[in-house]
Amino acid sequence: MDFLIFKAPMLMVQASLDGILLGILFALIAYGMALQWGVMNIINIAQGDLVILGGYIAYTIYLWGIHPAWGVIISPIIMFFVGWGLYKLVINKVVDRDLFISILATFGIAIVFQQLMNFIFGADVVVAQSEYGTTMLFDNSVTLPNSKIFSAFISVLYAVALVIYMKKSRLGRAIRATAQNARAAKILGVDTEKVYAATFGINAALCGIAGALISITLTLHPYVGLPYTVRSFMIVIVAGLGNLPAVAVSGMGLGLFEEFADYILGTEFRIGAVFLLLVLILVYRRFKLSKKREYLK
Amino acid sequence: MKQKDLILYSSLIILGLVAPYLFSAFKVQLTYLCVLIVLAMTWNLQGGEMGYNTFGNILFYGLGMYLTASVQVGMFFPLAEWTESGGEKTFVHTTAQYFQGIGVGLLVSAIVPAVIAGAIGYAILGLRGHYFAICTLGLGIAAGEIAGGIEIIGAGQGFTTPPFPAEIVDTEARGKFFYFLSFALLVGTFIFVKYIYGSRFRLILNAIRDNEDKAEAMGIQTMKYKIVGWMCSAFFCGLAGGIMGGLIGYIDSTDVAFDGREMGVFMVLMAILGGKGTLWGPVIGATLFHFFKEGLWTLILGWQYVALGVLIVVIVVYFPEGLMGWLREKYPERFGEVIDEKDRKAQVELK
Repeated sequence: MDFLIFKAPMLMVQASLDGILLGILFALIAYGMALQWGVMNIINIAQGDLVILGGYIAYTIYLWGIHPAWGVIISPIIMFFVGWGLYKLVINKVVDRDLFISILATFGIAIVFQQLMNFIFGADVVVAQSEYGTTMLFDNSVTLPNSKIFSAFISVLYAVALVIYMKKSRLGRAIRATAQNARAAKILGVDTEKVYAATFGINAALCGIAGALISITLTLHPYVGLPYTVRSFMIVIVAGLGNLPAVAVSGMGLGLFEEFADYILGTEFRIGAVFLLLVLILVYRRFKLSKKREYLK
Repeated sequence: MKQKDLILYSSLIILGLVAPYLFSAFKVQLTYLCVLIVLAMTWNLQGGEMGYNTFGNILFYGLGMYLTASVQVGMFFPLAEWTESGGEKTFVHTTAQYFQGIGVGLLVSAIVPAVIAGAIGYAILGLRGHYFAICTLGLGIAAGEIAGGIEIIGAGQGFTTPPFPAEIVDTEARGKFFYFLSFALLVGTFIFVKYIYGSRFRLILNAIRDNEDKAEAMGIQTMKYKIVGWMCSAFFCGLAGGIMGGLIGYIDSTDVAFDGREMGVFMVLMAILGGKGTLWGPVIGATLFHFFKEGLWTLILGWQYVALGVLIVVIVVYFPEGLMGWLREKYPERFGEVIDEKDRKAQVELK
């Protein structure tokens, strides 16, 4: 326990800004999860590993001498096809089944991804240098890497673009129709199989964008995927499915929580605090609902 | 039938008793097998019988591991100095201290996890389905991360459990001791689970699995039974963890104790492979899995996790009923099911 943060107000500003910028990134991942959960009724444990894979794609092009920021365009394109392939290979067999089956199957996929990434990219912690420099605020007492501002900006840009796409385009409407009632959509001529594949692909592409941003703002390691999955799961259960403003707000809330937990409890408890928060949120929701004799569905 | 059972059980027990002498080189593997079967059987009580698919039994396993080692050290020496680097070299357990320590430690590691399961049960078991699964997954990982930050139990650098007393000259003694300990645990667990299978308790658990709301409407206090079921699992998981801690000799927070990536998944996988909701399914599943793992692991060194992941996907997607479920479909008469030929035909036509 360390209460230094309460003695120095500038640290609080620092933690808040970091938290909010980080939270926007989490919200992007969570939006992808909400999308596939709402449309296909699947909980994807491999979500975080898709993020990390997207990050490694950006890191690879950085190693080739291309600026890693291009990753936010290249990575989602590749990840879309990874997601599509994954759907065709495994996910389409678990769509209509028990949710636990999808959890276990995607858990298996997560293990495969982790290990393959470990083989291909090595077990070192890596980061792609964007060389965007830092912004100093309040007499140099708050440092803000420009890459974080860039990542928040890109996240918002993509999220807005996706919302417009979902509202206006034919595929977007088909996806929303399938989410509302898959059977009715099928009767009305929507190729639900294609919609599912596209949804999973779009989710993977969102993960790719988030991963590319993480590669320049944070660090990459083959085994850090699961915390991202849990963060996005947490944001989705707090915000509900298909409620983008709520997803953004709870994403930022989670980012704030994490930064403050980092300062107060110490960095070694950061991931533990995230997982514990998940448990606490679920238990809180459970007690709130049980007053009305209901349960989480 | 009764006599057949008697022959089966007595031959299995005799096999278990002579196994460490027959396969002297594989004692550690046999100990692993016993612990894996115990974990699979206790998971089956949760996931198979009660329908609460948990990833969180690893919490009790890891807890048992830390508790046994801590008690074994803490009874005789200061724990904090032991876990500082090289502490295990300064203090040496005598033979009597070692066995006293591990005895009391195992007792604690059985009771405390069960009590903790009872304490958090009311909050956690109110969640249903996948929320329960994710919540327990979070619980297990949070425990690992937090244990990795606590200084007194070794934090990130790990905890060396007391070495087997050097006064015992017999080099085989350590392996035999842990094997018979785990075998005793296995026999105890099997008897307990078999007793549950013949009792009303199992029917209640099945009722909760099939339709919890209806079970409640029939006047069953579902929460009470769910908590008791979870406590039973925790009791045996804690013991299994304590034995494994002594056997491995070194406890790491995320790689050995709260090892959700290996043990936590293994227990689910073994129960599903054998067939959840059956008495023998987890036993067969764990045995098959262990043979498969040990046989294949060395052949595909480095690729074992890829193979594990693929195995999970294949089992879950194509084989969710498990071996026993498959047998049951094929030979329903053996399982005491009577099939109406007309009814079966009608169902086939409906499909």
